[in-house]
Amino acid sequence: MEALTLLSWGFDVTLGGTLMWLAWRTLASEDLFKGIVLFIAFGLLMALAWVRLDAPDIALAEAAIGAGLTGALLLAALAKLESGSKESQPLQESTITKAMVNKSDKQILFRLLLVILLSVFVAGLVYVVLSLPLQTIGLSETVAENLDASGVSNPVTAVLLNFRAYDTLLELAVLLLALLGIWSLRSPSERNESASGKVLDMLTRLLVPLLILVSGYLLWVGGHAPGGAFQAGSVLAAAGVLLLLTGWRPGVRFAGLALRFALVMGLAVFVIVAVVMVLLGGRLLEFPLSFAGNFILLIEAAATLSIGITLAALFFGTRPKPAQSSASREESGAQER
Amino acid sequence: MSLTDILTILLLSAGALFFFAGTVGLLRFPDVYTRLHALTKADNLGLGLLLAGLALQAESWTVVARLLLIWLLMLLASSSVAHLVVRTAHRRGIKLWKR
Repeated sequence: MEALTLLSWGFDVTLGGTLMWLAWRTLASEDLFKGIVLFIAFGLLMALAWVRLDAPDIALAEAAIGAGLTGALLLAALAKLESGSKESQPLQESTITKAMVNKSDKQILFRLLLVILLSVFVAGLVYVVLSLPLQTIGLSETVAENLDASGVSNPVTAVLLNFRAYDTLLELAVLLLALLGIWSLRSPSERNESASGKVLDMLTRLLVPLLILVSGYLLWVGGHAPGGAFQAGSVLAAAGVLLLLTGWRPGVRFAGLALRFALVMGLAVFVIVAVVMVLLGGRLLEFPLSFAGNFILLIEAAATLSIGITLAALFFGTRPKPAQSSASREESGAQER
Repeated sequence: MSLTDILTILLLSAGALFFFAGTVGLLRFPDVYTRLHALTKADNLGLGLLLAGLALQAESWTVVARLLLIWLLMLLASSSVAHLVVRTAHRRGIKLWKR
């Protein structure tokens, strides 16, 4: 037994050290592509660290969202940056040389300030960690006592969708706002993908049905074991990203109102359930005991679809081209100017 | 220690050896094509051996089925991704290594 504890201790130290090193390399790498690849590796090892901390829910979310989808988003952003910088390179160079001239005297002061700020921050962190009580149970006992009232048997889902449903509601809103921000920054345009090839097509054909199945499984299992809407939604989004990479686009019929409906559905169902409960004389986001499990499943199912489609839309980066209407013609006119 | 345990230890060690060999290949081979060749082949087999070792310790058949599914998915993903990376490298004109 002694050797086993030593071994797991050694593993944890190696894992923690590698995480720190990866984080440093990610920030310090000059090459953006390298930085992104290191960031994805960091996310995967971080998921492993969460598993070591007995937090499989967060590990799932970290692997699917932190490493997988954020990595894909960063790579998509990098591809856009590169295609943009080819056109505006001379401009960038001149601004860089101007900045270099002003830098030399300010630079030392700036770095000194940075070092002082970081030292204060680290000292504060160390103080907080040292002042934490050694043995703490936090709110886990309170959650365990009230688990029966939540309608689900997985404590994480109980907290996310019942006890602290506000947080999840606002998270959904933030995700939607992020997409709206991206959509309003870029006008709809066609992305030119290089031909994807037979192997990627084949892989997508095999994986997409499986990903949809896994997504449904994660959603369903969230009631009593690690899983839930965000994990299921990100797996669904992975299917969407694969489809987009192979050159698939939603049909014009679905790109307008149907897409928007799917995007807001998660938030809408959440809000409707909350409001109906208020109208029936309850409090906001209070679920009656007998329906709590069903309400949570309903909200999570809607949220899964919305999260999946929102994340895939974030990867796409622009609004899909709507069917020809007066508004879109105006916009394409503005683009030409 | 039962026979199953000994078999598990043997399979896990063999799997670890293949992973090690794949990693050495990734670090030591001269170009992207040979590196991916070493990594993909060795890791596919290494993972198969690891999962076979774990399957011997599984409590029910559903666990074995899941382990098998993981291996099949991994085979599919790693070989496809290796192909995609190599194809991109080839298109960008990265030369094959010659002695």
